[in-house]
Parts: sequence; C-alpha cells; structure tokens
Amino acid sequence: MILGVRNVTKRFGGLQALTDVTFELPGGQILGLLGPNGAGKTTLFNVINGVYAPEAGHITFRGKEITGWPPYRVAQSGLARTHQVVRPLNELTVRENVMVGACFGRERHSLASAAHVAEDVLNRVGLSERSRQITGSLNVAQKKRLELARALAARPHLLLLDEVLAGLNPTEIALMVDTIRRIRDDGVTILMIEHVMQAVMSVSDRVLVLDYGILIAEGRPQEVANNPKVVEAYLGNPAMAQKLLADEAG
Amino acid sequence: MDAWRQPGCWLTWLGVLIGGLAVVLMRDNTVRELAFTLLMFAALASSLNIMMGYTGYVNFGHIVFFGLGGYTGFYLISQRGWSVYSAALVGGLAAAALAGLLGSAILRLRGAYFALATIGINEAARAFVNNFTPFGGPTGMFVNFSEYAQYGGAAQALWLTYAALLAVTLMTLVLSGMVRHSRFGLGLMGIREDEDAAVVMGVSAPRFKTAAYALSALAPGMVGTLFFFKNGNVEPGDAFRLQMSIEMLVMVMLGGQGTVLGPVLGAVTYERLRGFLLTSPLFKNLHLAFAGLALLLIVLFVPTGVVGWLRARFPRLRRLLA
Repeated sequence: MILGVRNVTKRFGGLQALTDVTFELPGGQILGLLGPNGAGKTTLFNVINGVYAPEAGHITFRGKEITGWPPYRVAQSGLARTHQVVRPLNELTVRENVMVGACFGRERHSLASAAHVAEDVLNRVGLSERSRQITGSLNVAQKKRLELARALAARPHLLLLDEVLAGLNPTEIALMVDTIRRIRDDGVTILMIEHVMQAVMSVSDRVLVLDYGILIAEGRPQEVANNPKVVEAYLGNPAMAQKLLADEAG
Repeated sequence: MDAWRQPGCWLTWLGVLIGGLAVVLMRDNTVRELAFTLLMFAALASSLNIMMGYTGYVNFGHIVFFGLGGYTGFYLISQRGWSVYSAALVGGLAAAALAGLLGSAILRLRGAYFALATIGINEAARAFVNNFTPFGGPTGMFVNFSEYAQYGGAAQALWLTYAALLAVTLMTLVLSGMVRHSRFGLGLMGIREDEDAAVVMGVSAPRFKTAAYALSALAPGMVGTLFFFKNGNVEPGDAFRLQMSIEMLVMVMLGGQGTVLGPVLGAVTYERLRGFLLTSPLFKNLHLAFAGLALLLIVLFVPTGVVGWLRARFPRLRRLLA
C-alpha cells in the first residue's frame, strides 16, 4: 500500500468538505476519483499533499505518517501533483518550469542534471520543441501537459492528477490518456480526479466516488457505474422523482 | 559555476571592474566621489534585486540594513578602534543576521502586506537608534581624525575606502549572478512566479525566502559602514532615510528587475538623472517627485525595465542579457 487515508475530516467554517474519508491505494494502480462538482475531490488532494491540514484523521504515505507536513516536505518525499487550474511559472521558460520539479522533487537534482531530466520528461509529454519558450506563451492544452511534466520531473512514487483532461479536445484526450497509461507502466502510482467519464472508466483500475464529502462507492469501474447511490449522486433519485411528480399531480 | 559562462553576468562584472579601476588611475577626487555614489547605488540596487527581482518580494526597508549595518560597523571603527575592512565585514554580517531573524517573522506575509511591514521596520529601526546610547542616540557618532593615520592620512583613507567599495560592489554583482544561475535562484524565481505552486513542487519557501532576505542584507551593511566611514560621522537621519529605499526601488525597476545587469544600469541612469535634476535650478527640489513619477511610468509602461524591454524587443539579446 502506497497511500493510506484514514477517517479524514476537513471543515471550512460551517462547511463540511470531507467527512470520515477512508481508503487505501496499492502501488502500481490507477485510482480514479469521481464525484459531482463540489463533492470535495480537490479538497481531498489538498489534504493529502499538505496544503490543508485535516481536522481529524491520518494520512500515511509509503508507511510514513505525513499528516500535517508542509506541502514541500510531502513533495520531497515523492508525492507530486498537478493543479486543476494550471499554475505555470509564467516568466520562466518551459524547461525551467520542469527543472523546478526536478530540482526540488524527490531526487533533488542539481541544476545540470535537472536540465537533462527536464528534456527527457518534456519529450515524454510531447513538449520538447517548446522547451526554450517562455511559459506564458503556451496554450491551455500545452500548459496542462506542462503541469504533468513538472510533476513527472520530480520522479514521484505517487502522482495526483487533478482534471488533466478537462478542456482538452478528443484528440488531445486520447494523447493524454495514452501518456497517463505509460506513466503507470513506468511504475508510478496514480490517483486522478476526472470528469471525462469514458476516459476515466477505461484507464482506472479502481474508482472512488465522493459526494458531499462522503465516500459513497468504491470498486472496479463497471461495478461503480451501476451502483444506484452513484447514479443518484449524479442524476438524482429516480424513485424520489417519480414520487414528487405523483405528489404534485395529486 | 554557471554564472561564469553567462555573458550577461561577466560582461557586467567586467564593465564595473574596468570602470572602477579607471577611476583609481585617474586620481581625481571629484571623479572618485561620483564613482563612489555610483558604486554604492549599484551595490544597493543589486542586493535589493535579490529580494525584489528574483524572489518577488517588494522591500521598502532595504535601507534599514544599510543603516543598522553601517551603524554597527561605524561603532566598531569609532568606539572600538577596528579597521574599516573588518568593521565593514562585521557590519554586513550583522545586517544579514538581523534580516535572518526578521525574515522568519515577516516573510509569512505576502505581497503588499510584506511591503507594509518593511516600512514599519524602517521607522522602528530609526526610533531604536535615536534612543540607543552606545550608538550616540540622536546625535550619532563621529570618527576621531587621528584614526586616519593608520591608513596613511585622510586622503589616502578615502581612496582605500573607495577600493573597498569597489570590491564590495563586485562581490555583490558576482553573488547576484551566482544566485541568478543556481538551483537556489531557480527556487526563488519559482516563489516569485507562484509561491503556492513552487511549494507544491517541493521548494521549502520559508527557508529560501529567509536565505534570500539575509543574502540581500549583506551588501547594504558593508556599504553602509564604508559610506559612514567616508563621511566621518553617522546620525539616525542619514542612516534611515525611507526615500533612499524608494530610490533604490526606482533603480531596480528602471534597469530591469530579476537580471544581473538591470540594477547596475538603473543605478547609473538614476544617479545621472538625479545629478542633473539636483543641479538644475528649475528642478532642484523636485528630484523625489521625479523618482515617484518615473516609478509610476515604469510600472505602467515598462514593468520589466530597460533590460526587460531590450530582451523583448530584440530576442537575440535574450541570451546576452540573462
């Protein structure tokens, strides 16, 4: 088991963002994290990588308790993530962005070896010809790839991907899904938040579904897709709808 | 080190070295005084640039390190009989240590809040020195004329101080270039561009920012000691002028923040303009108004300064002006 989340609770004032979330992630898998907007998926990422401290619960990473660690320490121990809204270092070149990941991630490269890592990773995500450009000049799809490249340059054990497919066109999605699979095959465990249902169902080994901060389902993609609770979370309760309609008519 | 292979770095260093040595050869007191001011501004602006240009933290209190470092060094010279060289070194180290302490407290603040805190520190430092008897309180301290004997007379002492300042300025510029092209500098620039993103990538921002703040305080402490030694006296009003902090900001912005050459270029340009404005009968009391106006125009129209503008205008210069 590479990541363990036990009874994690996170509140923002009166808003209960996460309630008693518990799950485990074995090494080498791709775990999809699903849920409607506002379900607490990104909050869960933020709690796992130390941006927020949880009110209760524990997070273990590779056997070590990392609850309450600052994000840079979590990153240095081999847990990298991407952001839903891209956060490029705009005035730096694409290569320098990726070098930040390599220099300060798990392997703590020197500047010279970080440059090699950056070229290698940019090749893998298909950005090598942009390497010398200023990052601000990239388009959204390229910035999403850059987010991924920066995280990969850290050579993480575990990668948290926050909606890397959102806003991409079908061709770009296919490319990205392919890239994600190859990352997994290189031995990196992946936890991914995704809304593009078809993609996440095909790429994930297992999926979790979060609704109003509560884990409502867990299992293989097909099982979860047919789980009535999940259908309800996304589409509402069909029985309840019938009843309300009947009440209104009566 | 990478910096030695960057033309933008070593051309700057070489330029300052040749210019500085040429002044020594000329043996002209007026030229020396002018060069002293230029070098002082270049060193102060370059050190401010480490915090402001590389790390992205606007600091209105840079002059505090000049003042307190200078006071410490001057105290050692005038009251303890130290030589100006070791006093300058200790003045710089004292300023850096103070920045390290202050930094761990106020560097939790970001953006405008940090900038405001640095103004507060300037006023606090002035009030402290005004009431601190070992530093002479409001009247300050002065150097006994006999002190100059060990340097071969007052005239010779001024030349030696100038040479020391040239060395300190070059050291600052080398430091600036080395930071700019190092792993540490990459972390700082990550913090400048997006601190939260940098932290998520593993940059230990608190440690990096404090280190940058301490590093940026080293040169002002040394320059302060040399400047007050040259003047022969020090008093609180001279040591903690908020307007000098602002003038330094203008120099960095004018030349181009985040580059090695920029602050030097900005320092020279601003000093020449200031010299012109101060001596012109029409503008003589308006040079600060001009500084404010210049800052406004730069922020509005060329936020990257002269060097940044040149880089954007002529992409081929990009490598040269790193």
